[in-house]
Amino acid sequence: MSTRLDTEVAIIGGGIVGASAALFLARRGVPVAVIERDRCGAKASGVNYGGVRRQGRGIEQMPLTRRAHEIWGELPSLIGTDGEYVRSGHLKLARDQDDLDALADYRDRTRGFGMNLEMLDRAALDRRFPWVSHAAAGASFCPQDGHANPRLVSPAFARAAQAASAHILEHTRVTRVERDAHGFRIATESGPTIHARVVLNCAGAWAGAFAATFGEAVPETSIHPLMMVTEPLPVFMNVSTGIQGGGVYARQVARGNCVIGGGRGLTTSEDLARPSGEDIATLLARAATLFPRLDGAHIIRFWTGVEGNMPDHHPVLGPSSTTPGLFHGFGFSGAGFQIGPAAGEVLCDLVTRGESDIPIDAFSITRYLPTPTRPILDTTHAVSNLLEISR
Amino acid sequence: MPLLTRLAEKNRTTVTFTLDGRAVQALEGDTVLTAVLTQGARLRRSEFSDQPRAGFCMMGACQDCWITTAEHGRVRACSTFIAPGMVVSTESTEGRS
Amino acid sequence: MSLARAPIEPVIIGAGPAGIRAAQTLVQAGLRPVVLDESLRAGGQIYRQPPAGFTRSKQTLYGTEHKKADALHRTMDALAARIDYRAGALVWNADQASLEVIQNGTMTSVPYTHLILATGATDRVLPFQGWTTPGVFTLGGSQVALKYQGCGIGSRVVFLGTGPLLYLVAYQYRKAGADVAAVLDTSTHADGLAGLAGMLRAPSLLAKGLYYMGWLRAHGVPLHKYVRPVSVQGGAQVSALTYRLRGHDTVHSIACDAVGYGLGLRSETQLASLLGCAFDFNSQDRAWLPRRDAAGRTSVSGVYAAGDGAGIAGADAAELAGERAALALLADAQLPSDARRAATLDNRLLANARVRTALERAFPFPADWAADLNDDVMLCRCEEITAGTVRQAARELGAHEMNRLKALTRVGMGRCQGRMCAAGATEVLAHALHQRCDAVGRIRSQPPVKPIPISVVHADQQKVSL
Repeated sequence: MSTRLDTEVAIIGGGIVGASAALFLARRGVPVAVIERDRCGAKASGVNYGGVRRQGRGIEQMPLTRRAHEIWGELPSLIGTDGEYVRSGHLKLARDQDDLDALADYRDRTRGFGMNLEMLDRAALDRRFPWVSHAAAGASFCPQDGHANPRLVSPAFARAAQAASAHILEHTRVTRVERDAHGFRIATESGPTIHARVVLNCAGAWAGAFAATFGEAVPETSIHPLMMVTEPLPVFMNVSTGIQGGGVYARQVARGNCVIGGGRGLTTSEDLARPSGEDIATLLARAATLFPRLDGAHIIRFWTGVEGNMPDHHPVLGPSSTTPGLFHGFGFSGAGFQIGPAAGEVLCDLVTRGESDIPIDAFSITRYLPTPTRPILDTTHAVSNLLEISR
Repeated sequence: MPLLTRLAEKNRTTVTFTLDGRAVQALEGDTVLTAVLTQGARLRRSEFSDQPRAGFCMMGACQDCWITTAEHGRVRACSTFIAPGMVVSTESTEGRS
Repeated sequence: MSLARAPIEPVIIGAGPAGIRAAQTLVQAGLRPVVLDESLRAGGQIYRQPPAGFTRSKQTLYGTEHKKADALHRTMDALAARIDYRAGALVWNADQASLEVIQNGTMTSVPYTHLILATGATDRVLPFQGWTTPGVFTLGGSQVALKYQGCGIGSRVVFLGTGPLLYLVAYQYRKAGADVAAVLDTSTHADGLAGLAGMLRAPSLLAKGLYYMGWLRAHGVPLHKYVRPVSVQGGAQVSALTYRLRGHDTVHSIACDAVGYGLGLRSETQLASLLGCAFDFNSQDRAWLPRRDAAGRTSVSGVYAAGDGAGIAGADAAELAGERAALALLADAQLPSDARRAATLDNRLLANARVRTALERAFPFPADWAADLNDDVMLCRCEEITAGTVRQAARELGAHEMNRLKALTRVGMGRCQGRMCAAGATEVLAHALHQRCDAVGRIRSQPPVKPIPISVVHADQQKVSL
């Protein structure tokens, strides 16, 4: 196939970051194409825990997560579905007094960002959330955090972008990206060649490899958060929970299934991440320890995803340091679902206005580069098949 | 009205168990499914529509026959044997009855 | 210089006819396989052994097949000391080096170097109005009730569907003294004739089938062909079955309190899927099956598949295929393997395959089912998703293949992982998209292959730390 698609902005990756960027750009009348090698929202964006939370994020992410919270508040008008989003509240459990102290300290440091965190001691936990066992010493409660269904939300961003006239190319693998006089030329395996002035690198766990070809190698790794879901049970979890230390988190959907995550799975190939027996046993035991109401119930599914992880657990978000017209939005380190739409909006602002209202210096790709690199203007770069690079 | 009809193997030791609060009898070697469906016409209610369910494949594949017990939580009725003193509920939706 | 050969650790999953013959063959070669059987006694489904203390003879239980059943049971008993047989063991996950097993509430990892999947089959069903009503069971389930528990699924039973099992189970029920109200077959006389020529290659099988049909008629059981079910009547339990005949509008009703239902069999392929075996669409089975060579080698080195779990071929073929896969395993492990016996088995399996093709012609899959299915029929029993929801997802939400359909509608997301609904969902989705059913893919399996209790304990578990 040697058809040609001309557009203003080409977005590599149709997860929540790429698809939301496409939506915002399309709504501003900017011609945009999303190139997704599988189905939009099928990777990390579609298989994550579904937590839509601000609590627990580093202070550098506070402006971004606060903006994301506003965007999530308008979800139905943005993407045409509520995606089962509820502001159930988020309870971050403490295992012991040290954890309680850490949570109280976090509350103090993040005051002013609108999370309204409330500390609960053991007695308060017994009163308000009696289904949490005494393995928890207390908790920090964020009343307006919540959760949603990633399987519905992420593809819906892509569909909304398409309805706003973005081109969405699924099952289309990028094989080569080159700069030319007019911008970028993107070759695909069996789809059209895309010509664009701007490229957004939203390729998730595979984005680091892509950045490397533009002289910006960063230590992105793949992580595989382990997830499981129970059969439908009578609803008892009225908030989404996490725990200091991060070993287990759980929420219950309206249909009654409890979605529980914690720990890591293994990976047997680039695309297929499988849980390991011991990791699963650990997660089962943690869940049973914290939530006695799960006793007697069954797990009906385990899965893991493939998420891009950065060593400081902050994303790479912002302009390329080597290549004008290239912007990065990847490496959300297992916490990209809530801030994804805000990251998409930031990318849209960077493209259309050259700046963003949200402070993103902490997410600059330069923090991983050994020395500042000269912007390279006219050299073409070839990207070999992304699949080979990431092996 | 019970769903299952005993056609053979009727001379077996009786087993007393509790079904929805009533003491009833099954035969040794009955699965929980047989024990319950020789008494009535339901193993559980659907968690979504409240419609009654009584199993389907009898061989552990369809996962329709889950039933709540006091000691063992939810069990698959077709592949669990009835035991003396078992407390079984066709109404409960909790993990344990 | 001698190279120390890595020890062979063979594991067989399943102890039906395929698994038993595979175990026997490996033991004869001096190996000691682990045999993981989800059931509590060997025999699989067709040769399922009743619980201890039941008294009916094998002749009563297995009819014309009692000698085969007895031979297999005796073989397994004789192997006991020479294999590591684990009953009540569910293999819920698998990777390239080990299997995750739950037995008696404890989780262990079972390593292997060579693996034979002999996981068998279940009934294949398509949804219709009222099929979740208490009193509707599969044909295989109806047989289990009788064989394994001495019970009939009702006091006045209608048998519905197609395939040789339809007539066999109806015959077994009537013979056991149950009231069989009718046998309703979706196939036609033309179908029967189309399969007849091929069936002549298996005269005893043909004779049995004709015998069951003749016997049922002689005992006053109405047999109808061209049937399409309309609905099961009754809320709390079955009170009647309504049906029509293809090409006619009249709706007939039969009073009954149970329906035994099935449209042939479907292979249990979840473990092959988890192991990363390549799958191909098989148009005869109308299902995705693990790719195999004639001996049973899958696309994954060291993994073999035999019996109905790899493609429906019947119990006799399962015995042959189990032995054949074991011979392939031995050859691949560079152990002595009887090549002449392998060639004999290959020929017999080929002959059997021709008979299966004839059976499929005589009792074809009702390919028109999806077109006539009302939107409000419940398609996914576990999640209670209707056919209309599937059609809407195809039209409006971009559900163009089965995994996306699952993600968007929850079809196949329930406890049975699509065992009971994937066939129906495939037909309805393909029909809604004006595609052939092999164009919408298959649901990718996820562990656990069956629900596992949250309270399960790992054999090596240390204290839980949060």
